[in-house]
Amino acid sequence: MLVVVCVKQVPDTTQVQIDPVTNTLIREGVPFIVNPYDTHAVEQALRFKDRFGCRVAAISMGPPNAEATLRKALAQGVDRAVLLSDRTFGGADTLATSKVLAAAIEKLAQEEEVGVVICGKQTIDGDTAQVGPGIATRLNFSQLTLVDRVDDLDISGKKIRVSRKLEGRHEHVEAPLPVLLTVVRELNRPRYPTVAMRLDSADAQVEVWDNKVLQLDVNSIGLKGSPTWVSRIFSPERAKGEMLGDGVHDPEGAAQLLIDKMLEKDLLAL
Amino acid sequence: MMPQTAIFTTLLVASLLFFCWSVYRRFSLVLYGQPEQRLDQPGRRLAEMFLYAFAQLRVLKKPFGLNHFVIFWSFMILALANGEFLVNGVFPSVSLALLPDGVHRVLLIAFDVVSLLTLVAIALSFVRRLVVRPPHLDSLYVKGRSPEAFLILSFIALLMLAYFGLHGSLVALGTENDPAAMPISSLVGAGLAAHPSMISTVYVVSWWLHALVLFAFICFLPHSKHMHILTAIPNCYFGALTWPATQPREKFEKGAVYGVGTVERFTWKDLFDSFTCTECGRCQAACPATNTGKPLNPRQIVHAIKTNLLENSHALREGRSGTLPLIGAEGEGTNTEEAIWSCTTCGACMEACPVLIEQMPKIVKMRRHLVETESRFPEELLNLFENMEQRSNPWGIAPGERAKWVSTLPVKPFVAGETEYLLYVGCAGSFDSRAKQVTVALATVLNAAGVSWGILGKDEKCCGDSLRRLGNEYLFEKMALENVELFRERGVTKVITLCPHCLTTLKNDYRQYGLELEVVHQSELIAELIRSGRIKLDKKDGSFGRIAYHDPCYLGRHNDIFDAPRTLVQSATGSAAVEAERTGRNSFCCGAGGGRMWMEEFTGERVNHARVDELLAQKPDTICVACPYCMTMMEDGLKDKGAGQVRVKDVVEVLAEGLLRKNA
Ligand SMILES: Cc1cc2nc3c(=O)[nH]c(=O)nc-3n(C[C@H](O)[C@H](O)[C@@H](O)COP(=O)(O)OP(=O)(O)OC[C@H]3O[C@@H](n4cnc5c(N)ncnc54)[C@H](O)[C@@H]3O)c2cc1C
Ligand code: SF4
Ligand code: SF4
Repeated sequence: MLVVVCVKQVPDTTQVQIDPVTNTLIREGVPFIVNPYDTHAVEQALRFKDRFGCRVAAISMGPPNAEATLRKALAQGVDRAVLLSDRTFGGADTLATSKVLAAAIEKLAQEEEVGVVICGKQTIDGDTAQVGPGIATRLNFSQLTLVDRVDDLDISGKKIRVSRKLEGRHEHVEAPLPVLLTVVRELNRPRYPTVAMRLDSADAQVEVWDNKVLQLDVNSIGLKGSPTWVSRIFSPERAKGEMLGDGVHDPEGAAQLLIDKMLEKDLLAL
Repeated sequence: MMPQTAIFTTLLVASLLFFCWSVYRRFSLVLYGQPEQRLDQPGRRLAEMFLYAFAQLRVLKKPFGLNHFVIFWSFMILALANGEFLVNGVFPSVSLALLPDGVHRVLLIAFDVVSLLTLVAIALSFVRRLVVRPPHLDSLYVKGRSPEAFLILSFIALLMLAYFGLHGSLVALGTENDPAAMPISSLVGAGLAAHPSMISTVYVVSWWLHALVLFAFICFLPHSKHMHILTAIPNCYFGALTWPATQPREKFEKGAVYGVGTVERFTWKDLFDSFTCTECGRCQAACPATNTGKPLNPRQIVHAIKTNLLENSHALREGRSGTLPLIGAEGEGTNTEEAIWSCTTCGACMEACPVLIEQMPKIVKMRRHLVETESRFPEELLNLFENMEQRSNPWGIAPGERAKWVSTLPVKPFVAGETEYLLYVGCAGSFDSRAKQVTVALATVLNAAGVSWGILGKDEKCCGDSLRRLGNEYLFEKMALENVELFRERGVTKVITLCPHCLTTLKNDYRQYGLELEVVHQSELIAELIRSGRIKLDKKDGSFGRIAYHDPCYLGRHNDIFDAPRTLVQSATGSAAVEAERTGRNSFCCGAGGGRMWMEEFTGERVNHARVDELLAQKPDTICVACPYCMTMMEDGLKDKGAGQVRVKDVVEVLAEGLLRKNA
């Protein structure tokens, strides 16, 4: 059985600023990182590999430099890495992105049955959380989002049991395979690659698939296949914060007020 | 041949054979270690050997060391007497009496007096172990009151008693050829003369006692901690010539093994160290981890290596790794992971060791194995490693914010040819809000003194200190290479650092990458500016009250900078800083070194609490530091101890405020 993880290269958003004039992201000089949620997805796939001996493939759609992201997954121990890169894939929204990713998974499935696909809960740049569900729908896989614990994977019985982290509660669910999971950070602690794995991954091959391989209708992918387009990006004006109490003479009282307010607005996870 | 001579010769030959076999068995194990160059600079090595092995410089640093000094030199002198005894036992006609009378006489006096001194020293050792019982003599697996310790002490005492019995009876028999040269033996002889019937019995018993104890000693020696009698002298010869014992580089290539996960992965010198340990416990008494109840004890690390090597020797000889794990659950011969992660790399153990054992680098080598081969380390470090790799600073703050501290100051970028010094601000000085104030103070002082300096701004990268001490050598190497390249590209030759960790990394570690920089700590440069009159402080600033100075390990012990920061305090305030009980070379760590800054402290007392208590005992109004990590640890410690009224200042802040007041 093959486990497929979807990883996306994202700009390190702590370092992204918005150009106030053009209202676009200033991406210049901003380093790229692996979407943080996806590192947990990779870890989960590797745990399946450790436990059941299944093979793991990592796929990513992006420009050629997104190879670095896949290399990192290789260093952590995935068996195969495929970069989906083609000019025609560019400018995709979530619809077009999930179409390409789903097509790639179907292609992988021709060689080996795909039992589980794992995505991050969302990305830190697009933040839509739509790609995972989009893939599941296209492939007609069971769809388990926001997974924070995997209780059991029964490969021969073809089912999986997980816990989903919802607002204020957990849901324990079981679903038949094949399944797509989207995962949250609480799920696990990603492994740190050993030096040997890093060195090995340096010459491991990242396969690159373009549209000649996937053979998708160019009007259904990339910018052309994307009904959504971003008209403007801006930082919201922040209204001046409300003053709470007197911080000079009664810091404890002010702190208490602040905590009460935060509880009231459900900003503290208790 | 007389039957006595025949028995003696047989026993001697047997003991010597057993001795040689034992020594061979042990020393051949050392050869299973990895290669390491310790033969360069023979002149310097001889000098070190003389100072530490023969002059016992380190041994004498503790009051009771004098006792050992006496025993050591008695041993050296009595080696002649014992040599004579052994040769004479085999060839009764050969003895030191064949030497010219004058020389022989001096030797006899020496033997007699020294034997008495040894007896006294041994008696004191008994008292120390039985009555005084210093706690650092006990470790988990080796006790101060062990049978082995008493056996050896008894051997030596018996040897001395036998010596006096032997020569006393010879004096009483009138066959000693120069009794006037043997005051103590003569006294014994006079005593024996009162019981003429016993004299010959005493002679025979003493002679055999002397012989048998000597044989037993020869046989036992290589199997005990007294093996150090054989190894300590060469160990001082092979000692590290660079301080700190900067961790060696690793070769990153396919199929290579990183760090030390099994005992034979240590170098031969590491293994030799373990055979040299005297179990004196001085390192354990100095270690901040041991002192605050952590499972780390540097002495035990060394002991574990020896035990592990011996336990696994059978397998090693067959070309396998042994079954007793080097790293694993608590047990003799095994180091726990918690112990390995508890080290602050403060170097106090190495400073204390009388026989120049290098404990700390062994710990770092095991960390390398854990990080690089096993990928096993405390959870908190994952974040640190990722932050370092992705954002080149431990906090993971956006690199673009590195130069934000300059917002209030006119600061120039470093330009080779135009600027003399690069101010390498470092991560703390750039990102930590408290340390940023120190950076501003330093900039103010440098400007006031007219120093030509500049910064790399957002191009500056982390030096990688924490990574190297934590055993993440792979990532350290990556960052070191980037920095070396950057410094070369920018034409940097002279560097000022704010932080002692940057100092040591740029100055000592980067040398391994072929980069020779002139690196000074801010306090050194400023002390020099004061000396040369470029900074003048006529009005002394008393507003800091009583100042206690805390020596940062990486400034003091690791880089020998003790006076400069004190000069700053003295010049700014007009009075010398008060000293904590453990100070200078023997200073006690704040708890943040060796990457401990980024880890939680779960076991025992917090190291910074212990240090803050010690400093508070001096009733200071201000605690002065010269390191941003020490700053954090002291401030946190004071807060926890409810001593918020005591301020923590970097020495350069004290000076800067003095300058500002003067200009105001
Ligand atoms: C600022 C900004 C705003 C945008 N707004 C919109 C918008 O409003 N509507 C819209 O449709 N598009 C939008 N886009 C484009 C869109 O975000 C991405 O291009 C889209 O392809 C992926 O969606 P996401 O990043 O939100 O992924 P999410 O759906 O949040 O990602 C979930 C998971 O899907 C997987 N995944 C996502 N993308 C990839 C990939 N390329 N390769 C491999 N795995 C992947 C990962 O496992 C990821 O964790 C926006 C982009 C930006 C930068
Ligand atoms: S370096 Fe310091 S903390 Fe580490 S073992 Fe030695 S004395 Fe203890
Ligand atoms: S390592 Fe050195 S200081 Fe520590 S017990 Fe052994 S000999 Fe003494």
